[in-house]
Amino acid sequence: MPHDHPDHDNHLDPMDARVRALETILTRKGLVDPAAVDEIIETYAHKVGPQNGARVVARAWTDPDFAAWLREDATAAIASMGYTGRQGEHMEAVFNTPEQHNVVVCTLCSCYPWTVLGLPPVWYKSPAYRSRVVIEPRAVLAEFGLHLPESTGVRVWDSTAELRYLVVPMRPEGTEGLSPEALADLVTRESMIGTGQPQVPA
Amino acid sequence: MNGPQDLGGRMGFGPVLPEDNEPLFHAEWEARALGVVLACGALGQWTLDENRHARESLHPAIYYASSYYEIWIRALEVLLLRHGLISAEELESGAAAPAAPHPRRLAATAVPAALARGGPTDRDIDTPPRYAPGDRVRARQMHPKTHTRLPRYLTGHSGVIEADRGGYVLPDTNAHGLGEHPQRLYTVVFDGREVWGEGAEPGLTISADLWEGYLENA
Repeated sequence: MPHDHPDHDNHLDPMDARVRALETILTRKGLVDPAAVDEIIETYAHKVGPQNGARVVARAWTDPDFAAWLREDATAAIASMGYTGRQGEHMEAVFNTPEQHNVVVCTLCSCYPWTVLGLPPVWYKSPAYRSRVVIEPRAVLAEFGLHLPESTGVRVWDSTAELRYLVVPMRPEGTEGLSPEALADLVTRESMIGTGQPQVPA
Repeated sequence: MNGPQDLGGRMGFGPVLPEDNEPLFHAEWEARALGVVLACGALGQWTLDENRHARESLHPAIYYASSYYEIWIRALEVLLLRHGLISAEELESGAAAPAAPHPRRLAATAVPAALARGGPTDRDIDTPPRYAPGDRVRARQMHPKTHTRLPRYLTGHSGVIEADRGGYVLPDTNAHGLGEHPQRLYTVVFDGREVWGEGAEPGLTISADLWEGYLENA
């Protein structure tokens, strides 16, 4: 796929001119305020990202009442931490266990829990991931370096509606006594999609 | 529709290629595309379902050759033309006469609240559920030319209701301006062997969130 890794430094990228022209038209016609576009970009660059989800997971690891709430009503539990809104209106948290590993995909577009993970990475949106992870998840996970025991089942959650899924990975061994802040640093974006595991403390 | 977006189980796209330390955007235009698409959505002229349908209605050759944000921009152009917000001449020439702000133009100061509010699609419905957790159901064999959220790889296969999620806006009508017609949504779990046959990876289950009208008794 030539566009999986496009030539990012090509100053003649026709999309650059196309988007620039479109934004100019929309601005002149009073349909778009470029300052609002700036603010949207700023939100996802600095305020809404996987650090939010990592805090949710770390709290679930350290606060059994919160974990129970997250399991019961993820939308409310996550909202209580201030993470609400677009592409996180209806949340479900799915907990990994030794018996079941969870992986999230959207085979029909690129649905993703923005409020807790921010904007999706390119690989999540790629036809390769969307086509393969429902039919050969173990092979895909192996390409991410994740090798599951044969005794662990794989559950793939295809986000076909407006429910958005956050994977809660198992807490790594050797993390007893770590603060929620230190634990959150171990929670990777991939571990909350299901294509990775949390880091182990150094 | 059986369009290019319906990818589950398709083959030939090669390995998944995660990028180390991937930047949020790979070019400045991608960031502008995100902002412009969301700002135009705030004008309230179309729904997210119509937007998704515009994307999946791109020609398959274009869909597969385009990056995500390019798909977004191409679909946005279709929507802007369809709803009369810009003209083909303006899009062609890149020139437009200045106009007063649209009454629903998204202001920068309104962005945080708009993003934090989102657009919930759950709806109260008073009809009793047709299915209960544990019931065996089959995803109907249906191939509408219009928008649907039933993936092809599940049609005709049977699974088990795991959860009743309550009423949600039906994308099949909403995408076409035909109203929300909320239906009950269920999480349905399918065994990998049921969907993919003998060669399925052992221990695989797949779930999808499916509207009541997509299902029949199994």
